[in-house]
Amino acid sequence: MRLQLQSNITKPDNFYNHLIDMQRDLSEEEVQMMNAKLILLLSNHIGEEEVLFEAMDLAKP
Amino acid sequence: MLNTYDYPEFDYQQSAEQQSGELKRHPVVIIGAGPIGLTAALECAAQGIPTVVLDDNNTVSIGSRAVCYAKRPLEIWDRLGVASPMVEKGISWQVGKVFFKEKLAYQFDLLPEQGHKMPAMINLQQYYLEEYMVNECERQELIDLRWKHKLLSISQNDDIATLVIETPDGVFNMEAQWVIACDGANSDTRKMLDGDFSGQFFQDRFLIADVVMKNDFPTERWFWFDPVFHKNQSALLHKQSDDVWRIDFQLGWDADPEEAKKPENVIPLLKQMLGDDCEFELEWVSVYQFACRRMDKFRYGRVLFAGDSAHQVSPFGARGANTGVQDIDNLGWKLKLNLQGKAPIELLDSYSEERVFAADDNLMNSTRSTDFITPKSKSSRVFRDAVLQLAEKHEFARPLVNSGRLSTPTPYLQSSLNTEDEDSFSNCMAPGTNCADAPITISGHSSWLLNHLGGQFKLLIINEDAAHSVEQGGVKADTLKLGADFEDPEGLVSQRYDGDQGAVYLIRPDQHVAARWRKFDEAKIKAAIAKACCQH
Repeated sequence: MRLQLQSNITKPDNFYNHLIDMQRDLSEEEVQMMNAKLILLLSNHIGEEEVLFEAMDLAKP
Repeated sequence: MLNTYDYPEFDYQQSAEQQSGELKRHPVVIIGAGPIGLTAALECAAQGIPTVVLDDNNTVSIGSRAVCYAKRPLEIWDRLGVASPMVEKGISWQVGKVFFKEKLAYQFDLLPEQGHKMPAMINLQQYYLEEYMVNECERQELIDLRWKHKLLSISQNDDIATLVIETPDGVFNMEAQWVIACDGANSDTRKMLDGDFSGQFFQDRFLIADVVMKNDFPTERWFWFDPVFHKNQSALLHKQSDDVWRIDFQLGWDADPEEAKKPENVIPLLKQMLGDDCEFELEWVSVYQFACRRMDKFRYGRVLFAGDSAHQVSPFGARGANTGVQDIDNLGWKLKLNLQGKAPIELLDSYSEERVFAADDNLMNSTRSTDFITPKSKSSRVFRDAVLQLAEKHEFARPLVNSGRLSTPTPYLQSSLNTEDEDSFSNCMAPGTNCADAPITISGHSSWLLNHLGGQFKLLIINEDAAHSVEQGGVKADTLKLGADFEDPEGLVSQRYDGDQGAVYLIRPDQHVAARWRKFDEAKIKAAIAKACCQH
């Protein structure tokens, strides 16, 4: 399996809005913690090392 | 401070060679009588090599220091005849708990596989371990233990090393065909040879204390991340014998080590951890900082480096002494074959090759643990804490918690001494792997497989009729045959060695698989022995 780079989220605006809303009232520290947990949860859901490493490479500045 | 242990004082004696002024050439001289040097002496004696062991001190380890000993080193010590008192005196444990702040984040059970003679892990103060080995060394005629002998300098040519030694009676010279340097992380021998020793230093300090207390804490390994009694740091509690508990506190880089180890600073810290009503006495305190590094190679001419002198790891995972013992396991038989003229010096280079490979595996594991325990950046700290918070409720995060991955042997899967599989076998026990133990019976008596392997090459024959001992270039491999030499009442030998369809294993003297086949074939076995001994 390769990293999915085609749109895969049925309601993109919904998803994006939910993500931003969740963090609206959080402090900088809380945001960081939430993001870290989110990465860990989603990474475990994906599971495949190859896909995860590919995503990390793509995200790298 | 309290003393549950009386430190022995070993007598200095002037050696005959120093007295007479005669320059003697020894086959093997060992520098350092710590756990690795003493193991090296016992290993050489088991191989029939006389050794001289030099130590600049005259007692055993002060304080508990190395605490955990894993199954593989215990198996090696068992081969050398010193494991029983260690296992008897040591504390066996298998449950580890990891706390984050005040909550239990994760719990593991080493769940050792049944049917092995040695336990998964024991805790024992290093001084007991050394004392048992010193006692055994003194019983061995081939071992000459010399206390208060300090190495001043070393020089070497292609064939011998010359050592300049200082004793209370002055300075004298010795020659050695081989030198094993087991003089620890600050090895003087390494400095004398300008040995390259590089890697990563960690900007952190740890306080370690031996505390005597009687309580009903279970025999478990307890590790705290960011505990309420020691905010933003980590702590570890481990039971040893004689009601002595080992406690490690992370101090941080800014701590003043001299201040930190004063009892008036240690005792309040312990009180916060153990509670006000817990009665305890402090026995020993020390502060250390560590590095993860290794030498570029473990053979420098006639000098072989083993243990911390060759590689240093963080303490998380108990990989220091445990790996050092495995260095010696690897080295002893190679020295013997070389001294007998049955193997070229290349075989000693394979010591470096195989043990550098193992050291890198240990370094990788211990560096990963260190990165988790003492995060180096703000964002790695956030990830670490996120893992610990998630681990409390969700199973998936628990394998990510890393409070030290406990020492397991590194198989030499890529070793140049291995003969590659040509028949199809399951993955376990591939060439380069250390042999799994299993219960067996011999003439109706219970025994263990590992007690009948090792010391010399062996052919382990399972469900194959044609078999006999094989000799190649002066190296003999005797057979250990299922049905003829031993029985496999629980079927575990056959299972662990994938032997149902017949199997012939060539086992090295250090109980590692050199080669394996489904059928006995003398020519192939000879070629495999030659390869494992670098004979051309």
